[in-house]
Amino acid sequence: MNAVRKRDLLSLLGCVALYAVIQGLIMVDILGPFWQLNIVLICINIILAVSLNLINGFTGQFSIGHAGFMAVGAYLGAVMTVKLHLPFIVAIIAAAAAAGLLGFIIGLPTLRLSGDYLAIATLGLGEIIRITILNISYVGGASGFMGIPRYTTFTWAFFLMILTIFVIKNLINSSHGRACISVRENEIAAEAMGVDTTRYKVMAFTIGAAFAGIAGSLFSHYFYIAHPASFTFMRSFDILTMVVLGGLGSITGSITGALLLTFISAVLASYPEWRMVIYSLMLIVLMLYRPQGLLGNHEISLAIFKRLMGGVKSGNAQNK
Amino acid sequence: MTRKWKSLIGIMLIGIMIAVVTAGCGGTKPQAKEILIGGNFEMTGGIANFGQSTANGVKLAFKEINSKGGIQGKQLKLVVADNKSEPSEAANAITKLITQDKVVAVLGPVASSNVLATVQIGKDNKTPILTATATNPKVTVGDDGKVREYVFRACFIDPFQGTVMANFAAKSLKAKTAAVYVDNSSDYSKGLAEIFEASFIKNGGKIVATEAFLQKDQDFKAALTKMKATNPDVIFIPAYYQEVGLIVKQARELGMNMPLLGTDGWDSPKLVEIAGAASLNNGFFSNHYSPEDKDPRIQKFVADYKKEYNQVPDALAALGYDAGLMIIDALKRANSTEPAKIKEALANTKNLQVVTGILTLDSKHNPVKSAAVIEMKNGKQLFKEKVNP
Repeated sequence: MNAVRKRDLLSLLGCVALYAVIQGLIMVDILGPFWQLNIVLICINIILAVSLNLINGFTGQFSIGHAGFMAVGAYLGAVMTVKLHLPFIVAIIAAAAAAGLLGFIIGLPTLRLSGDYLAIATLGLGEIIRITILNISYVGGASGFMGIPRYTTFTWAFFLMILTIFVIKNLINSSHGRACISVRENEIAAEAMGVDTTRYKVMAFTIGAAFAGIAGSLFSHYFYIAHPASFTFMRSFDILTMVVLGGLGSITGSITGALLLTFISAVLASYPEWRMVIYSLMLIVLMLYRPQGLLGNHEISLAIFKRLMGGVKSGNAQNK
Repeated sequence: MTRKWKSLIGIMLIGIMIAVVTAGCGGTKPQAKEILIGGNFEMTGGIANFGQSTANGVKLAFKEINSKGGIQGKQLKLVVADNKSEPSEAANAITKLITQDKVVAVLGPVASSNVLATVQIGKDNKTPILTATATNPKVTVGDDGKVREYVFRACFIDPFQGTVMANFAAKSLKAKTAAVYVDNSSDYSKGLAEIFEASFIKNGGKIVATEAFLQKDQDFKAALTKMKATNPDVIFIPAYYQEVGLIVKQARELGMNMPLLGTDGWDSPKLVEIAGAASLNNGFFSNHYSPEDKDPRIQKFVADYKKEYNQVPDALAALGYDAGLMIIDALKRANSTEPAKIKEALANTKNLQVVTGILTLDSKHNPVKSAAVIEMKNGKQLFKEKVNP
């Protein structure tokens, strides 16, 4: 067994151990319902942040329509379980497929745009999806889709989160992923080297959208209701903030960002007057001192700590 | 600055954040002399002004009872959690209030969709939820037609206003024929129109025309001309102020001078801006209450509220205050702070004098109480009369 495989196996074991610990704490009631809810929310946000990072961080396509894909997943998943009485797993797969398909269809024309134009186009798309849902009375229209059973458990959320991270991490380390990164670094050079840039952009967009769909179906099956108000562009910005805060182009960064922001938002719920002030102050301070995000484009690994402690300069602690 | 330093600062920042955040983790510890009531309100986000008004009303009610010595020697304390005007955050907020802060009952949220996201959590934790303002009938009655045991409200439901306006048209305005102009893109409007038609016919009236429009429409003259031909005594327009403003204006331009009736969707200063003060004369709409009402109870409330917050209380503030009174009344009768007993007491609320009327909860946990009919005169809202159910 080669070294990379061994490390993967080790991290997988680590994940199972983490799952066992949290699940144990939930079982013995040390983590009450409030923290359970927020842990599930953290898992969902990590899926969203990591999948958006694939589009924004690794492929360098500035998309802010993630809430739209999440909405598609949320509503389609709910239709599957509530109206068609299908099992939850089918709902999740359908949600991923639908969001992915939509991402593909939308990605083809819009990804010809770049920079600000792409951002505006994706923002508009997110809103179009939301307004469309708002006008479909089959899914409740403006009053939202009610009566969704709570199928999402910590187990579902956790393992789908691990799946997301695993798939996206391996994708980035594959030749496809390298192609995506080359598009980010220099599109013209990439094209000159024979990389089919449109294909890789659309691929990243489709995969990112599919995982957002998964997150959406987890979301609607946890909160009993899918409501258009949950999928406004503010949600897209929330996800984007997590990605940028953690560092564009760092999976562990996105995980940290999602974890930190969800946690802060949960704790500050007691201080509604101060929540937005503290939240924005933290972001400003962070952006002043770490404009590249908490982790920049590095990944957390033991190497970073080694460098800090022993001062062994390895130049770039890239661990990809 | 070297890389190392930058990294260190980054890590320190994370450390500080976590320290700040965990410092606030303790939640609110209940004191022996306090009863904690949760407030799950829209303090930020799209409808923050509604959430804040309601919370202010509740706080005023609690302040008054506390200055009188509280309930059984215990002070009432409202623990507010922000739900950012969003259903999933509402679920988050109520979970926090019940499991972290250990409140005995939860007031709010304002919007029906946000309440619906919390009902299951209230049921799972056996904690009563009392919303001051959610008017959707589904809030207290589930899809299976069963009443939700733990959910109550302090306001009348949407269809009730249809009955109120039908009675007002038939009895006070002596109307024999009516036309209905409905917003087809809103559940609220369609529900109201149906109820109005049924009640108006029951009162011996006749519906001579029904026309429909969609939100954001600009030109209503075609439909209005059709209605004019049938010459109705009144026109009922259950919709929101934006379209209503244009409809009223265009109807008057066509020389239709009959009374125009509406519902609480009319309640906005924007209505006068859009329609013009003169067009709105002979316009009436139902609302939860009117600050112009000469009832001494209402005048005292308006004065107290003004003193506390320096503004005239809107309908939401009045309903928030009423919800506060309801929970106080329930706590007194339950003589206990156990959520199950509070729930029983809330369900048995009878003939409670609140600001917006005398309130009795029916078997579906909806209040039976009067509505105020407001007349528009030269751009001002005048209190016309109270209509009892």
